[in-house]
Amino acid sequence: MIEFIADKYNFWIAIVLMMIGFYAIIAKHNLVKKVIGLNIFQTSVFLFYISISKINGGTAPIIWHPEGHAEVVYDNPLPHVLILTAIVVSVSVTAVALGIIVKLYKNYGSIEDDEIKMRELKEPELDSK
Amino acid sequence: MKDDVILRTITKFMLPFIQIFAFYTLAHGEISPGGGFQAGVIFSSSFILIALVFGKNNARSKMPKSVNDILLSTGDFIYAFTGLFCIFTGGLFLEYGELPFHSAKEGNHIGMIIIELGVAITVAAVMMTIFFEIAGKEDD
Amino acid sequence: MIDFFTAHAPVLAIVVFIFGALLAPVLGRINNSLSYYCALITTALSFMLSVYLLVSVYNNGPLEYFLGGWKPPYGIEYRVDILNSFILSVVSFVSFLSIIYGYGSIKAEIYDKRRPAFYSVYLLFIGGMMGILITNDIFNMYVFLEITSLAGYALIAMGRTRYSYMASFNYLILGSIGATFFLIGIGYLYMQTGTLNLTDLAQRLQGHFDTNVVLVAIAFIIVGLMLKMAVFPLHFWLPDAYTYSPSVISAAMAGTSTKVAAYLLIRLMYTIFGIQADFSGINFSGIIIGISSITILAGSIIAISQTDLKRMLAFSSIGQIGYILIGTAMVNKYAFAGGLLHILNHAMMKTALFMVAGGFFYKLTSTKISDLKGMGRQMPFTSTMFLILSLSMVGIPLTVGFISKWYIILGAAQSGNWIVVPVILLSSLLTAIYFGRVVNTLFFKESEASNTETLPVKIPYSMIGSTAVLVFLCIFFGIFAYLPAEISLKAAENIIGAMPWK
Repeated sequence: MIEFIADKYNFWIAIVLMMIGFYAIIAKHNLVKKVIGLNIFQTSVFLFYISISKINGGTAPIIWHPEGHAEVVYDNPLPHVLILTAIVVSVSVTAVALGIIVKLYKNYGSIEDDEIKMRELKEPELDSK
Repeated sequence: MKDDVILRTITKFMLPFIQIFAFYTLAHGEISPGGGFQAGVIFSSSFILIALVFGKNNARSKMPKSVNDILLSTGDFIYAFTGLFCIFTGGLFLEYGELPFHSAKEGNHIGMIIIELGVAITVAAVMMTIFFEIAGKEDD
Repeated sequence: MIDFFTAHAPVLAIVVFIFGALLAPVLGRINNSLSYYCALITTALSFMLSVYLLVSVYNNGPLEYFLGGWKPPYGIEYRVDILNSFILSVVSFVSFLSIIYGYGSIKAEIYDKRRPAFYSVYLLFIGGMMGILITNDIFNMYVFLEITSLAGYALIAMGRTRYSYMASFNYLILGSIGATFFLIGIGYLYMQTGTLNLTDLAQRLQGHFDTNVVLVAIAFIIVGLMLKMAVFPLHFWLPDAYTYSPSVISAAMAGTSTKVAAYLLIRLMYTIFGIQADFSGINFSGIIIGISSITILAGSIIAISQTDLKRMLAFSSIGQIGYILIGTAMVNKYAFAGGLLHILNHAMMKTALFMVAGGFFYKLTSTKISDLKGMGRQMPFTSTMFLILSLSMVGIPLTVGFISKWYIILGAAQSGNWIVVPVILLSSLLTAIYFGRVVNTLFFKESEASNTETLPVKIPYSMIGSTAVLVFLCIFFGIFAYLPAEISLKAAENIIGAMPWK
């Protein structure tokens, strides 16, 4: 049982972070907190990807030729490259979300989910500013 | 933050070093962690530092809106144009080995640096645009 | 010169969008209307390249293109076969007609200074979809999927009312969750096999279908794509997103974005996972048929109770995506061809319906059904087009909606999934109910006196013209259905007959 948790600790960390982020998206009413939750959710996936690229006894994947050793074992660099792209995507999504929140604040005067719905029901479909 | 002497002095001193560090990260992308995206972000953080310490209008006058918008398109143009240029000289899209340098190895090397330069320019312009749009009352 | 285009056509179909999206803001600084012509030329070029690819692949077989000269599995590969090029042509055609439609509609709905940025983001939206369709590398599919989604979030937020920001925010949160699930699935597949190329992945997964890793990967990918496709329990972002966006964007999105996610699911199910074989005791084909049936019925039933025309059309779209999934999940040549044909048909019909709704909005500044009373007399051409499109959605013979439903029912009867037949017939009846209500309001009710004062506004010819082209094609392909049916049947043979890749 202990090996089941201790050997695969990267899976457990990724799952715990993922569920924390997912809870924040669903249960919080403040829109900025939802965006933070989305970021935590995506970061947990990145951590998981990078954790599978480590090889036992491997070193950083930059070519070097030391004198004493015969062969060098490198880590797998491909997941790092994939996650670079995914981080850029995550930053862009956060930027678009924050831009939309600024406009929402200008129009409704609040950034709480339920208050925006109530104000929309009271005066429906005004033009955007 | 405009009145704090220590902040202003240190910022004026640090800004050139931050920008040089950005170029260092760009150029050393193949032998150390780095590359185009990281260099662009570090370069734009220097302008955001000016905005934080000296005020937004000051920073906007150093990088006016028209230059910002044109830089956005320029960087990505360099990328796409390099890819198309490789088609014109006989290879497939983005095949740097066919660029007209001495050998395929040198063509690969220089082609990758040009592409990273394009990415860095675009990313720097985008980060500055995002900051200035969210931070203040720009006209639509 | 022609040689240059033909040899590099798979890449050029996407690179024109990159150039167009970068040129539009720069040209917009010089003169505001130049960016419109940039968008028009880009979509026209891309449409010509897609049709060229379709013809070439139909005659000669699949085309492969290695980016950067690196052979797979080390590099990214673009692969075009009949399934790809057919949907490529549909997407580029719908986007081209939407830009023509936008000549009149964008001037009325979008603020002056935002128009160059609007065209640029629109070109990125369509370019991302073309990228998803062409590529053969699974991580490249994720990257283009995110490009398309990001552009979609920005485009929906440009709507006229202030609730469009909230609609876009909801779509952002749900769409990002779906894309992240897709990313987790890709990660698990990479862990098991070590490669990202679809051809290579299909060969390396052969003995491994019983392991937990692959099963969990399939589950994450299916759920992630179902969020993007708006299948029944996960559809909550779609009605708001289609209702509160500008008319051009509703028309372009309704025809393309959910279909491209459905294409992704079809491609992954058939070529990598091999949906024909039930592995490990789980009948994936049956699960997808069950979920799609519930989607068809739920979409049609909820559409009956709507009071806003665009919202009703959005729920109808949710129902129609179920047809595409049902058709392609039954492992049968005729049903697959029916599902594939429905992609073309629904794109034409739904885009034209949203264009008509945009026409009503242009004249009356409202899309509520109760405001459309008696418009049959004052806007006769538009209302007639709406009538023809409603008949086509129900599936009356001589229109294009009949052909796809016919093939799906034929395939269902041939393969033994008898439960599908009453579902399709019942949903056709429900479609007739909610479209019939709008036709009744248009033609058979008296218009209230207050409407007549706002009527001197005439709808521009560009809007009527593009809608008329789509309606004409609906009837034309309904009567002379040889050409799309041939292409779909050949695509179905290539996909189903081979296991895992041909």
